[in-house]
Amino acid sequence: MKPHEYPGKLFVVEGIDGSGKTTQLALLAKWLTSEGHRVFVTEWNSSALVKAATKTGKKKNALTPMTFSLLHATDFADRLLYKIIPPLKAGMIVLADRYAYTAFARDTARGVDRQWVRELYSFAVRPDLALYFRVPIDVSLDRLIARRVKLKFYEAGMDLGWSSNPVESFRMFQGRVLDEYDRLVDEYGLQVIEARGSITDQQRLVRTVIAPLLAPRELEVGDEQSV
Amino acid sequence: MSSPSDDARPPIGAPDDGDSAAGIQPGRYYGRGIPYLPINGYPGKLIAIEGTDGVGRSTQIQLLREWLEVQGYGVVETGWTRSPLMQPTIELAKSSNTLNKLTFVLLYATDFADRLEKEIIPALKAGFVVLSDRYIFTALARAGVRGVDRPWLRSLYGFAIAPHLVFYLKVDVKTLIGRVLAARGMDFWESGMDLKHGDDIYDSFRDYQNKLLREYASMADEFHFRTVDARRPVDYIQEELRRQVAAFLEAR
Repeated sequence: MKPHEYPGKLFVVEGIDGSGKTTQLALLAKWLTSEGHRVFVTEWNSSALVKAATKTGKKKNALTPMTFSLLHATDFADRLLYKIIPPLKAGMIVLADRYAYTAFARDTARGVDRQWVRELYSFAVRPDLALYFRVPIDVSLDRLIARRVKLKFYEAGMDLGWSSNPVESFRMFQGRVLDEYDRLVDEYGLQVIEARGSITDQQRLVRTVIAPLLAPRELEVGDEQSV
Repeated sequence: MSSPSDDARPPIGAPDDGDSAAGIQPGRYYGRGIPYLPINGYPGKLIAIEGTDGVGRSTQIQLLREWLEVQGYGVVETGWTRSPLMQPTIELAKSSNTLNKLTFVLLYATDFADRLEKEIIPALKAGFVVLSDRYIFTALARAGVRGVDRPWLRSLYGFAIAPHLVFYLKVDVKTLIGRVLAARGMDFWESGMDLKHGDDIYDSFRDYQNKLLREYASMADEFHFRTVDARRPVDYIQEELRRQVAAFLEAR
């Protein structure tokens, strides 16, 4: 991944399901907007083009770790070119709920070659900051179960057939994902946020980390500055 | 846009050390491979027939299959973009003409991965001769023409298995134009009209196919192509294919 030279900023949140990253991202977006920044939020796996294929595959449990990985890379490429880069060029702040690191952690946990998946995503632009919400499996499981009871098939790693019990499978699979995230912290300089604390404390920390990265003149970006 | 980075990466066949083509081993992964699918020692053989549109690949494959089966070999055929998982998505994307070159490359790679895991590898494991109508070289050539980073493409397809034999059916553009016009006319994608080099489909077809041929030529050494002159009559070509396949299968 190469650093970008666009006038905008790209901030990313990472972490397993139940880490609270989406909540933190929403609060961050609120704050940035209220400060006068133009914000665009994008989610992992949300582009229309590949949604159909992902769905077909999921329905039939037809995805292998490799096709799962490649489909997500396709989706990401589509989103990068149509949703992420244009707002960056326009000087906006792009907030990404998950980024290539999700693929690095999940695909490797599924048995895909660690180096291959990194090279696969080398076309991505390096974020200005990536926040990793680190949480123990038990805490995330408690949050997920309290919220919606049913664990998602692929999030629980049920496709790997390690356990027919979703909770047990989740524990095993996400345990591996956490190990992979730990590697990424050093390799890619992810900013760790311990995600066990209160939502408000975490958000304060997030804003403290983000604030110095905001160019003050972004507040006054207008038409007269664009060429 | 940010194209795949230009960082120096080892070419296919040389994961960490050594020099390019020397590292290719037929029947093994080109690059990093699929760790959860070890394929060493599988008895089947993979034979790829490559070449641009209109060189007569499918005719040759039919004849080769017949002949192999008469000899007693079990044969499985596989093609390019035929996987049930991705076919609808690719057709949709093609018809709406919304794909950019990167997503195009990745969709085809996904499709290939599906076929590799579900058709090719099981067939090789079971001892079949797998005849592949086009292989990754088609993708490499098309993406190469469209300016996608070559080292990145080779790393991407590092999960592909190096065929035991790659036959490249080669024709010149003039012959190709005659055949395509006689058979069915020029279509949008075969003419590279997505590259938007002008409205004239004839000029576009000629330029695009010329570029494709140059891409194939540049891969011939790298991937150990056995180049076959496809301007000759069908029977002559088939005879040459059979001679080379027989020599390979009998040498084992």
